[in-house]
Amino acid sequence: MSQSNFEEQVFAEPWHAQLFATTHTLASAGHFEWKDWVNHFSSALKSSDDLSPSDGDAAYYEIWLEAFEEFLVIRHLADNEGLAKLKGAWTSAYLRTPHGAPVELFRR
Amino acid sequence: MVELGDKKKHAHTLLPSEPVLRVKAIETLLVEKGLIDPAAIDAMVEAFEGRIGPKNGARVVAKAWKNPEYRARLLLDASGAIAELGYSGLQGEHMVAIENTDDVHNLVVCTLCSCYPWPVLGVPPAWYKSPAYRARAVRDPRGVLAEFGVNLSMDTDIQVWDSTSEIRYLVIPQRPEGTESYSEETLASLVTRNSMVGTGIVTIPEIKKG
Repeated sequence: MSQSNFEEQVFAEPWHAQLFATTHTLASAGHFEWKDWVNHFSSALKSSDDLSPSDGDAAYYEIWLEAFEEFLVIRHLADNEGLAKLKGAWTSAYLRTPHGAPVELFRR
Repeated sequence: MVELGDKKKHAHTLLPSEPVLRVKAIETLLVEKGLIDPAAIDAMVEAFEGRIGPKNGARVVAKAWKNPEYRARLLLDASGAIAELGYSGLQGEHMVAIENTDDVHNLVVCTLCSCYPWPVLGVPPAWYKSPAYRARAVRDPRGVLAEFGVNLSMDTDIQVWDSTSEIRYLVIPQRPEGTESYSEETLASLVTRNSMVGTGIVTIPEIKKG
């Protein structure tokens, strides 16, 4: 536990920021109640704490990601198949994009 | 990490890690469904990386120190008093301000997850989210405080406040002695993030003394 103050980085990884912001934006747009998400997320954290308590931001956001995917599916805001397809599409986009060029998603 | 061909020159763009791809998939899906605007996500990231953070809370605390009427409003209706300074965006949670005194020191935790007064403090630091802090803040607050360098006299009571999805706490730390002549701005510069969570106390840096 450290005592550092304002200067430390807010997010350790850009994807933590994206995930955090996506969750907040979706709630702000009225697609779910924040407290419902918190309840879902906290039970996921609890199970993980019971399993193997780990410190650090990385584990925290990984649990957030897993829980958020589940939550989206439960709330019919996303489906597993759609998520898997898009993940595949992004993977191929990265693999076919020449180094240094912007990665863009093209499908079908 | 599933980075490919680290030793070779990259012909294609480096494949990002698994979670990056999953977050991208979520974002794309939600945007394609018309549920969110990608510009809103970018604006949110930017806000949390810059505009929203403990500097907001420090301004609230400094104003409360300087202005007794504001302090009274803050203690009575923290959400309203904080909104007066333009800090809002709570998702239905209520803010509660709790004041440290000579007799009572307040410490905030979220034992369930990481509920945090984000309009005034931004994104919680890693230690706040750690299972160690979440478990020990309640069981052994004095020990946890000592690890943060806060050694309180045994006469001081420690009150631990467990945040929920509905209530968020902001600690109003004690104003350091000898700051009577300080401007609100100077006072705000003394207030640390940890002092507003209860894991720090506000002191005058050596350089500002005398």
